[in-house]
Amino acid sequence: MELIIFLITAAVAVAGAVAMLLSPNAIHSAIFLLINFVAISVLYVLLYAPFLFVIQLIVYAGAIMVLFLFVVMLLGAERAEDTRERFAWQRPLGLTLAAILLGLIGYIALRGPASDATVADQQFASPERIAEALFTTYLLPFEITAFLLLAAIVGVVVLHMSNHAGSRG
Amino acid sequence: MVPTSYYILLSALLFTFGVVGVLTRRNALVLFMSVELMLNSANLALVTFAMARQDVAGQIVVFFVIVVAAAEVAVGLALLVAIFRSKRTTDVDEINALRG
Repeated sequence: MELIIFLITAAVAVAGAVAMLLSPNAIHSAIFLLINFVAISVLYVLLYAPFLFVIQLIVYAGAIMVLFLFVVMLLGAERAEDTRERFAWQRPLGLTLAAILLGLIGYIALRGPASDATVADQQFASPERIAEALFTTYLLPFEITAFLLLAAIVGVVVLHMSNHAGSRG
Repeated sequence: MVPTSYYILLSALLFTFGVVGVLTRRNALVLFMSVELMLNSANLALVTFAMARQDVAGQIVVFFVIVVAAAEVAVGLALLVAIFRSKRTTDVDEINALRG
């Protein structure tokens, strides 16, 4: 049963990723990427990660994708990109390098020890356990993320302000 | 029980699609989405290993990756909007000057 759900979800995730790559319209790409994110969040449930399932939906599928769609529509970038190739070798070379990369990662993934551990404790990553680890062992990195987010906010505001100064002067 | 290697293979496949997107697409926004796809595939691998080892540390790392990705998207999209205002394009082949 679990395997069937995994296969269906994996197929949806792969289909979403391929459709994102192939669609010429940036808005369609964003929607297909959203499908991919939701599929990955379902995989998190299968992997006993309920907290990350919710975070993935709220932060990725919610906030980040809304930001993407907003910018795509703001810039009017949804029109099809120019299909003329500036470098004829760019696409075949990119595909070849990607195939080599996939072969390498796949080889290493299949060569590793088959650690199909039976899940002894299904609650090992319950929100309570995650909060406990986050506020004891990983308290310092947690505090640093607050500074990171503050720096991101200040950075975005500064970028916006320098934009306005440039257009006025 | 789904074998761990299936999840890792799926993660490798999604990561490769992200790499293909960065190498072949030229719309800067789609490039950004491909980077997000790669981050997500790495997150999937981390959560898989967290389950295989029954260790919550892997999921904590994913939590931090998501936070950093959110900050990165906010700054990156602001940069794209700034570039678009001066160059009127999101095609990465057209953006070839360091000077604004």
